[in-house]
Amino acid sequence: MKQTRRSFIQAAAGGALATALPSGQAFAQSKDPIKVGVLHSLSGTMAISETSLKDCALMTFDEINAKGGVMGRKLEPVVVDPASNWPLFAEKARQLLTQDKVDVVFGCWTSVSRKSVLPVFEELNGLLFYPVQYEGEEMSKNVFYTGAAPNQQAIPATEYLMSPEGGGAKRFYLLGTDYVYPRTTNKILRAFLKSKGVKETDIEEVYTPFGHSDYQTIVANIKKFSTGGKTCVISTINGDSNVPFYKELGNAGLKAKDVPVVAFSVGEEELRGIDTKPLVGHLAAWNYFMSLKNPQNAAFIKLWLDYVKAKGLQGGDKRVTNDPMEATYVGIHMWKQAVEKAKSTKVDDVRKAMYGQKFPAPDGFTIQMGDNHHLYKPVFIGEIRADGQFNVVWKTKGPIRAQPWSQYIDGNQGKPDHV
Amino acid sequence: MAMPAGIAKPGAPAGPLMWRSAFSACSWREWLVVVVALALLLALVAPAFAVTADDLKPLASDDFADKATAVDTLMSAPDERVAAILAAMGSDQLFFTDETHFYIGDGTTYVDAITGAKAEPKADALKPVEINNRVRGKIDSAQSALALLSPDRGVRSKAIETLAGSPDPALAKLVDAAVAKETDPALKARLELVQAAFALKSDNPATRLAAIKALGRSENPQTRLLLLPFVQKNADGSFVEPDADTRAAAQTSLDAIDRSQKKGELLGALFSGVSLGSILLLVALGLAITYGLMGVINMAHGEFLMIGAYATYVVQGIFRSHFPGAENWYLVAAIPAAFLASAIIGAVLERTVIRFLYGRPLETLLATFGISLLLIQASRTIFGAQNVEVANPSWMSGGIEVLPNLILPWNRIYIIAFSAIVVALVWAILNLTRLGLFVRAVTQNRAMAGCVGVRTPRIDMLAFAIGAGIAGLGGVALSQISNVGPDMGQSYIIDSFMVVVLGGVGQLAGTIVGALGLGIVSKFLEPFSGAVLAKIIVLVFIILFIQRRPQGMFALKGRSAEA
Repeated sequence: MKQTRRSFIQAAAGGALATALPSGQAFAQSKDPIKVGVLHSLSGTMAISETSLKDCALMTFDEINAKGGVMGRKLEPVVVDPASNWPLFAEKARQLLTQDKVDVVFGCWTSVSRKSVLPVFEELNGLLFYPVQYEGEEMSKNVFYTGAAPNQQAIPATEYLMSPEGGGAKRFYLLGTDYVYPRTTNKILRAFLKSKGVKETDIEEVYTPFGHSDYQTIVANIKKFSTGGKTCVISTINGDSNVPFYKELGNAGLKAKDVPVVAFSVGEEELRGIDTKPLVGHLAAWNYFMSLKNPQNAAFIKLWLDYVKAKGLQGGDKRVTNDPMEATYVGIHMWKQAVEKAKSTKVDDVRKAMYGQKFPAPDGFTIQMGDNHHLYKPVFIGEIRADGQFNVVWKTKGPIRAQPWSQYIDGNQGKPDHV
Repeated sequence: MAMPAGIAKPGAPAGPLMWRSAFSACSWREWLVVVVALALLLALVAPAFAVTADDLKPLASDDFADKATAVDTLMSAPDERVAAILAAMGSDQLFFTDETHFYIGDGTTYVDAITGAKAEPKADALKPVEINNRVRGKIDSAQSALALLSPDRGVRSKAIETLAGSPDPALAKLVDAAVAKETDPALKARLELVQAAFALKSDNPATRLAAIKALGRSENPQTRLLLLPFVQKNADGSFVEPDADTRAAAQTSLDAIDRSQKKGELLGALFSGVSLGSILLLVALGLAITYGLMGVINMAHGEFLMIGAYATYVVQGIFRSHFPGAENWYLVAAIPAAFLASAIIGAVLERTVIRFLYGRPLETLLATFGISLLLIQASRTIFGAQNVEVANPSWMSGGIEVLPNLILPWNRIYIIAFSAIVVALVWAILNLTRLGLFVRAVTQNRAMAGCVGVRTPRIDMLAFAIGAGIAGLGGVALSQISNVGPDMGQSYIIDSFMVVVLGGVGQLAGTIVGALGLGIVSKFLEPFSGAVLAKIIVLVFIILFIQRRPQGMFALKGRSAEA
């Protein structure tokens, strides 16, 4: 009887001790899997864009695990669904960091979701990899931004449209979904256009709610606006509203050669499932296109299609790769390299090891993580082809450094360009 | 290597085959039309001239400006090969292996671009000739210029439309030739406007002035862009056009064009209002029966729309796998399928849940809200959380041009017609059939109807099933214009209640007027206030209206109306 009780107490104490130990320290050399979080909406209005990022992240974990994992340890993904519900993003992020105790989280698409999880990551000193182009105006030590800042997407695209090659646009119709990313981007663009001598009357700014589906009036207004001079539409519409918008555009006979629409959140994935023939010639600006021809991209596409086939994902061989998927892929690989360099999964060690990390990306360049937590990225402008892919019509010579604090917003002058 | 002009006739041996591959997008008839046109054209303008490898060389470069120049070079002496090359370029079917070897092909068979002879280039060496919007615009204008000589009036008319919008100086000669040939007076007048557009660039001030005056007659909104430079100012405040008379004439012409646009804009706003109204009507009509007639506060109404839309998706899938030839007509089969799917689920719900709750509105509200969540989750489990793709059949894509600045999309026209038919059917069921008589009897006085032998439970079930089924029909329509996903119904439930309450509970006519009224009012508000504010204004208006007239626009009169 006594024996049993003592052994029970011993066991209990041992157990308590084990849980009390900080996990990173104690198991750094162990072979236990590393837990990694995936925080993407798998339902609701953003599912159209975010589901493939979840799939892409899981694919990359599989790829790394198949090659022996990170420092000999396997990656164990924890996938949660914040359901396009912004407050739920914060809850799920907290759950990932405190309950599931993940070492890093890959996730978010809309800026409003990123803004909602940011306080959680800063409070708990977590690490988030954010894979989507965004409006800038942020540089947190707990986030690595693997998508483009405005100077890596919005500004070059607008410059292109103003050039003779891009049609020499004189009037600008800024159309977006009503939240922080489109509003801030349009604020930057407005200041940029003004600095180029475009008049206030030649800029129109229009917003629609998330999930808006009736674009008749807006398309009619674009048509009318375009009779006042060479017009282009700069679209920051996000999520599934893009489908009715492009359908209406096609049906109303608005041709790209007359009024080109350049989109910052529409890629191969969003065009899948729309009849793209009426949309030929409309543009998108990204830092990667599936149609780029280089060995890394060929390998990336093959990896993805093989994964889709092996897992029997919906869409089969019609599935495509796109820019945020590439950014997810690059982000995960850079994190792996940083962990191996730091020989630790602790957030502070990994962060320091991330600076200057290089990776041969599917965009065809070996790109580097800057000390401003943003990637150096090349910029491509593509026109939609009849098959839903993009023809690159303009590109930068090489990767350019991100400027998260845009010079076109007052008060940004003098802010340090590093964390 | 090119054929002399004389052989370039439809009967040339290599002709039909290679043309078909080059114009894979075009029908036989269009092909014939272009060839005949070209033969005519050759007689008019071109001396015997041929496409050479040198002409095509710039197309292999990366520079789009070079490619644009190359199109001009080709169009300086158009022949059959030029037309084929342009068509291939416009549809991404022109390839090259090096600067001197160009091929036209659809991925399997190829012809040499210069000779038109069959060719078998190495597939992995082929690079596509990529174009951008600027080159695409040039090709479009060039093809339109070629089409000016088509014997088909419709083809000519369309070509003139394109040219009027973006006159390319390189094509002036072809247009002049076409004016001389044109016999149709209306088309000739429009062609002369295109000529006038070219004359705007003339060095002679008198010619320019005459052209500006002539363009005031244009109804094409694109013409504005041509005239605007004449009234604009430079950066230093001086006018671009120094001559005041010319400026005044340009302003007069601009005003004339603006006036001609007014009609199209007004009609356009009216049409989009009716279109939005017809969608609201389809969405709300089912609720007009379940809530309006039966008094069930059905929070799951939106989910019946969703079921209808998913039924459309399933029918589309069946057609794709089993009847690929008839895929264009899946929508017709989807109509009864969606009705039945929603109606059956509606009937089951009525029998299992709702019939126990008649006369207890609060419990009904909670129960149907629960059902709505259940249905959403069920569809998420079955079909996945992602939106599914429901394609528009080809006969519902594109639009019909009513005025130069007004194109009505086919999908919306069909939906307006569809909602009219559904309303007529519902009216007929309620007013002309025995079932309708029973439904009206039961809703007006349940006890009395039961006394005279009406089986009220059965009527309740049928009425609810019809209401749900009609919501399913609304789902078919929604699948054509908006996204199909598990929570699509949520965004329509408020609108539906709004329409039914505004129109007057229990009144079909009220629902119709309410839906169309709301649609038109929102669409006329939207240009001034934006989409978000328009919705708020409409809601405020409804709140005020319901305060003044709680019974809605159309109210039941007499003793039968429940207090």
